[in-house]
Amino acid sequence: MPADLRTRIGHLDLPSPILTASGCAGSGRELAQFTDVARLGAVITKSVTLEPKAGNPSPRMAETPSGLLSSVGLQGPGLDGFLQRDLPWLLSRGARAFVSVAGHTAREYGEIASRLSDSAGVTALEVNLGCPDAATAGRPFALDAASAGAVVAAVRGSARYDIPVFAKLSPEVTDIVSVARACVAAGADGLSMINTLPGMVIDPVTFKPALAGLAGGLSGPAVRPIAVRCVWMVREALPDVPIIGCGGVRTGRDALEFLLAGASMVAVGTVLFHDPSACSRIQRELEEELTARGVDRVSDVIGRAHQTAAYATERHTWG
Amino acid sequence: MAGNDRESGAAPVQVRGTVLTVRRVDAYVAMTVVAPAIATRFKPGQFVAIAVGGPQSGMLGRRSFSIHDVRPDHGGTVEFVFLPREPGAQWLADCRSRDVLDVVGPLGRPFPVPRDPASCMLLGVGPGAAPLFALASRLAERGSHADYLLGAESADRVFGALTARRTGRSAVIATADGSLGSRGSVVDLLPTVVQQARTDVIYASAPVTVLRSVCALAGRYGIPVQALVSEPPMTCGTGLCMGCVLPAVGNDGVTRMVRACVEGPVFRGDLVRWDDVGTIPFDALGAPGWKPRPGGASSGTGASAASALPAIDTIRGGRSNAG
Repeated sequence: MPADLRTRIGHLDLPSPILTASGCAGSGRELAQFTDVARLGAVITKSVTLEPKAGNPSPRMAETPSGLLSSVGLQGPGLDGFLQRDLPWLLSRGARAFVSVAGHTAREYGEIASRLSDSAGVTALEVNLGCPDAATAGRPFALDAASAGAVVAAVRGSARYDIPVFAKLSPEVTDIVSVARACVAAGADGLSMINTLPGMVIDPVTFKPALAGLAGGLSGPAVRPIAVRCVWMVREALPDVPIIGCGGVRTGRDALEFLLAGASMVAVGTVLFHDPSACSRIQRELEEELTARGVDRVSDVIGRAHQTAAYATERHTWG
Repeated sequence: MAGNDRESGAAPVQVRGTVLTVRRVDAYVAMTVVAPAIATRFKPGQFVAIAVGGPQSGMLGRRSFSIHDVRPDHGGTVEFVFLPREPGAQWLADCRSRDVLDVVGPLGRPFPVPRDPASCMLLGVGPGAAPLFALASRLAERGSHADYLLGAESADRVFGALTARRTGRSAVIATADGSLGSRGSVVDLLPTVVQQARTDVIYASAPVTVLRSVCALAGRYGIPVQALVSEPPMTCGTGLCMGCVLPAVGNDGVTRMVRACVEGPVFRGDLVRWDDVGTIPFDALGAPGWKPRPGGASSGTGASAASALPAIDTIRGGRSNAG
């Protein structure tokens, strides 16, 4: 009997805990050539902004050891384009849409959330807190518990009550737990982590930064241990809040690692650039990994690493 | 399905392809991989994106190469050509016969081919010449002539000079150091070849700087150009990463940042804003400070990618306007 991958978060019923990470699968169209998007837990869309955005100049990508430095700048068709073309397409394919939302002010986030709620078919919202905050001279919202909380409150206040709101956190903070607490206090139904880490690559031939945007966000397997620790810390502090774990997931084993750390769902990101069919493969591998360990349901392993740790502490104390 | 499916006729596939041969061709490596599903779908101008470094590779980007040729042996093989310079290409060059590669293809918008016989100039610089030979066979099927204009820094970097001389109606070669053909750039020779061959359409595959000059010259003569771009480098090749964008004008006159891998790699030369490659033009859709035009023109995104793609018969349209 293969393990049961069905995942239930609040009132959401997903066929699998494997999602696509925001910004790595567009709105699913390109991915659908290689993966059946209806069989994934959900597609987390590229962040939707109020107006169309041209993004940053190229070069936008630099390869790093087991990672990728990128600075795309949220290029996208804007909310109207998304609602006219992308969302209907996702729904026609039978996929569930977790829509990532990005803005410059809390009010802008609220407006997008409200308009998304008005259109049928949005399964959940993910708040991209990595955008520069217009009020604080471009410091991302996620770096400050109060700003992050204000954005989450605006989204939660504008979104329909039955659409869960996930806040996407940045690892670039001293204490991710305090930001997580602020988001949950502001009404977040769940948390998503991690966003990319800031980084830079300098080209030794041109003597200049490799990206036109100078610095970029680092993602890929290189950041996985950082992501696992963030998930672990937040799960330890807020054990009842569902978490979408994300950061360099490449195999079913990596997905299992995030589940054990306390994530209820796992998003696959940068690895999709390397292997566009990675989601289906990881889903299959996760099923095999669970079956091989005699686990019947995926929900049985979520946060299991914490229990072991508790025993380990006890053993340490006694011995 | 996505816009590129309509254009190329068939969706790309991801296959495990067995390496058949790896050979040195002057400075380049030519690799043949058994991939029947890609070979049967292929149209000239399309490319493959290959994962390098094995299953646990630290190199996450795929390497994209124009398809040089497809052959029916072993059910269907695909050949591509590259310079073994950076670590990923070096890894690929070290592969041997029977090694298995993760290959995605055929990707991108192919070269549109004129319906009626025409005099075509095929201009290629360095490895950019590789996709032109399959195009030439396809043009020949339709009764069109191919005049080659090939260039590179030196003789060992000119790809396919012999084939061009053997199969083209004419073949002119230029190298920067004068080691083969005339000394100089293909751009210097373009006016002469255009006049002698009475060129109707130019197919160009070269670095952006060369494409810019070619399109400027061709514009002066009123000759349409189909330009295959290879910069900025593609990270995924499948349209997911949004890394390889360049500014192009759509049929509605609006400039958009389009992906070389999905909306290209072949673009109508007069629609790419060559001088603005590597920037976000201030009037591009969604550029900083961009405001939706009153009257609902902001829904320009509705047609976005597809409208940046020229229709196949624009070649003839462009020509008749010029004539």
